[in-house]
Amino acid sequence: MRGSARRLVVVRVLVVLALIAGVNYVVWRWLDSVAWSAWWIAVPLVLAETYSLVDTALFGVTMWRLRERGEPPPAPDGVTVDVFVTTYDEPEDLVLATAVAAREIRYPHRTWILDDGARPSMRAAAERAGIGYLTRSSSWDGKPRHAKAGNLNNALFQTDGELLLVLDADQVPDPAILDRTVGYFAADERVAVVQTPQYFVNVADADPLGSQAPLFYGPIQQGKDGWNAAFFCGSNAVLRREALMQLGVVGYVRGVTSGVRRALRTAGSVLGRAARSPEAADPALRAALEALRAEADGARRAVAAGEPVADVTYRFQRRVDDASRTIVAGQVETLRAELATLEPELLHGGPLEVDAEIGQLVVDEEALDRLARRDLSPLVAIEAVRRLADAVDVGRSDEAQAVMPMSTISVTEDMATAMRLHALGWRSVYHHEVLAHGLAPEDMPTMLQQRLGWAQGTVQVMLRENPLTLRGLRTGQRLMYLATMWSYLSGFAALAYLAAPVVYLAFGILPVQAFGPDFFVRFLPYFVLNQLLFLVVARGVRTWRGQQYSLALFPVWIRACWTAFANVVLGRPLGFVVTPKTRSGVHRPAWRAVWPQLAAMAVLVVAAVVGVVRLVAFDADPGATVVTLVWVVYDLAVLGVVVPAARYTGLPAPAAPAPVRMVEGRGTEDP
Amino acid sequence: MRLDVEPLDGTGAIIAPVGRLTLTTAAQLREAVDDLVANGRARLVVDLGRLEFVDSSGLGALVAGLRSARAAGGDLRLANASPQVATVLRLTNLDRVLRVHEDAASALADG
Repeated sequence: MRGSARRLVVVRVLVVLALIAGVNYVVWRWLDSVAWSAWWIAVPLVLAETYSLVDTALFGVTMWRLRERGEPPPAPDGVTVDVFVTTYDEPEDLVLATAVAAREIRYPHRTWILDDGARPSMRAAAERAGIGYLTRSSSWDGKPRHAKAGNLNNALFQTDGELLLVLDADQVPDPAILDRTVGYFAADERVAVVQTPQYFVNVADADPLGSQAPLFYGPIQQGKDGWNAAFFCGSNAVLRREALMQLGVVGYVRGVTSGVRRALRTAGSVLGRAARSPEAADPALRAALEALRAEADGARRAVAAGEPVADVTYRFQRRVDDASRTIVAGQVETLRAELATLEPELLHGGPLEVDAEIGQLVVDEEALDRLARRDLSPLVAIEAVRRLADAVDVGRSDEAQAVMPMSTISVTEDMATAMRLHALGWRSVYHHEVLAHGLAPEDMPTMLQQRLGWAQGTVQVMLRENPLTLRGLRTGQRLMYLATMWSYLSGFAALAYLAAPVVYLAFGILPVQAFGPDFFVRFLPYFVLNQLLFLVVARGVRTWRGQQYSLALFPVWIRACWTAFANVVLGRPLGFVVTPKTRSGVHRPAWRAVWPQLAAMAVLVVAAVVGVVRLVAFDADPGATVVTLVWVVYDLAVLGVVVPAARYTGLPAPAAPAPVRMVEGRGTEDP
Repeated sequence: MRLDVEPLDGTGAIIAPVGRLTLTTAAQLREAVDDLVANGRARLVVDLGRLEFVDSSGLGALVAGLRSARAAGGDLRLANASPQVATVLRLTNLDRVLRVHEDAASALADG
C-alpha cells in the first residue's frame, strides 16, 4: 500500500472513532448532564459543544477524501496565458517587483498590471519594464466598481488569453508557476481553476499572528479537492477564461430576468395608482395610463411564460416612450418641477442603490414598494416607469459591463466565484506546491482587519447564496462550503466556553450535573481522538497556533457575523476595510485592538482566585473546582496568543524568500 | 473570423460573422457593433448562419452589442443559428433573453 493510501486509512479510522466518541458524549450531555436549573448558562454551553461536534464532523468529511495529487500533468505548448497583477494602492516598487517576477515566468505569457489606482507613474514604470498596463475603461465612470472583482472583470474584456494567472501585488511568482499548473487544464477540459498555496516570507518562526495557514493550504484544501470543491482563494491561482465568461453570461441572464420581473411589477402598481388618482380625471389620460398598466402586466406575464426578455422589454419600452411623448409633451415644465422632488427617491436612497462598500447595485425592495405605494401624478408616474424600465433593462445600463464574469456579490469575490463555477459543473484543482512568495500583515490591527474582511465575505456568501440550496452543487461540495462558513460561527461558541468556568468559580453555579466518572469516561476519549486526528492530519506539525486563533479571535468572528447579517438582511453598510499591504505608523503594542480578549483573561484570573478561596474557605466541591481550573488554564493558554501578537511588529530585517517547496499543516480553517 | 456587414436603409445593418466567434475574435465583433452604433446604425441583426462555433466570450460580445444598441435607442437581434450555436445559447440560458429568429427579415420585423 502506498504511503498516502495508508495515511488515508488511518485518517478515516480516526474520523469514525472521533465521531462515535463525540456523538456518545454530546448525546449524553443533552440527555443526562445539562443542569436545567441553571439553563441560562447550561444551554449555551451544551449548544456550543454541539456546535463543536458538527465542526468535527465537517472536518472529518473534509479529511475523508484527502487527495494528494503529486506531480502535475505536463504543460503542453501553445496555450495562451495572461498574468494579472492586481493593485489598488500598494507601493509602486512592490507592485513592480511582483510584475517583473511575473514577466520572468518561463511559460510563454503576457504580463499585465491591473492598476485600480490609475497612477500615471505606475503606468510609466510598467512601460519601462515592458509590462502591460490596464486601468478601468471609461464605461466604469459613475458605475459600481466592485473592487477587485471589478478590476479583474475590466481586464478580462481587454485581453484574450485562454488562461489567466491572478496574483496579488505582493505575491512574487516562481518562474515555474505556469509550467506546474497549465497541464491540469489540458488534461481535463472541465477544469476551471487551479489554486496553489499562499505562503508568506515575512513571518517569524513562531508566527505570532498566525499568518501561515498550512492546515488550510494543505490538508483542508486537499480534502476539499477530493470532493471537487477546492477553493479559489483570490491569488496564486490559474483560471480558465471560458469558465469565467460562461459564469458571466449565466449570471447576466439571471440578473436580467429577475431585475426585469421586479421592475415590471413595480411599474404596474405605480401606473395603477396614478390612474386612480384625482389628477387623472381626464378620461383620455386615464385610459392611456390604464393601457400602459395592462401593457406592464402583460409584459410580466410574457416573461413568466418564457418569452425572451429582450423582446418583452423592447416592446414595453416603446409603449412607455410613445405614451410619455404624447402625454408629457407640452407639460415639460410641470414635469420637471414635480420630478425634482422625486429625483432623490428614484436615484439616491431609492430602489436602485449602490452599496458603498462593495459597489454592489442593490435593488432595495422596500424602496420599490414605497415607490409603488406613492401617489404620483400621472406625468411623474410615467416618467418614473420610463426610468425604471431603462435602469433594469437587458442592457444593464446600471452596470459598467453587462457581463460580470467574476462574482460581485461579496467583498470576497473568490469564494463566491468558485462556488458558482462548481454549481455550473466546472472542476477545481488544488496543487500543493508553493509557487509564489507573499507578504503577510506585520501587526495585529492589520491582521485583524484582514481576518474580519475574509470572515465578513464568507458570511455574506452564506447569506446571499446558501450552498445548501444553490442548484447544481453536489452534496460533498455543499458540505465543503458549509464547513468553511460553519467555522466562522466559532465566536459564539467561544463565549460559552469562556463564560461557563467563570460562572462556576465565581458563583458556584455548575452548568453540568456533575464532573464525575460519567463525564470523564465520555469526554476524554472524544477529546483525545480529536487531538489525535489533528496530529495525524497535520503530520507532526504544530496545530496549536491555529487552534488558539480560532477561539482567541472570537470578537472578530462575532463582529463579522453580525455586520454581514446586518448588511445582507438589513441593508446596512459593512464597514469593510481594504487590507493594507505595508505596516502603517508607529509600533506601539496594539492593546486596544484586543481589549475584549484582555478583559476576558482578567475575568478568568479573578474567577480562578475566587474559586480557590471558595474551595479553601467555604466547602466548594473539590472535583468540580479542579476540573474548572484546568479549563481556565486552557482558556488562558488559548487567549494568551494575543499578548505576543499585540506586541509583534514584524520581522526585524527583510527576510530572503525561504527555500520551501511544500507546506505542511497547522492552523484552523481560516483561508 | 470574417465579418460581413450589410447596411440596411438609414439606421440598420446585418452583421454576419463567418467562422469562429471566440475569445480571440470577440473583440472584433464588439468593435464592429460599436462602430455601427456610433455611425447611427443601431438596429442590428446578427446573422449566425455561417458561424461554425461560438464560445462564452463570443456570447459576451453579443450581449455587449445588445447593450450598446439599446443605449442608442436601437436593438440587436439574432437570426439563423446553427444547431451548435443554438445549443450554446440554450446551455447558458441566453435564449431566455435573446430570441433567435428564423432569418434576418423576421428579426427585423418590429416586435
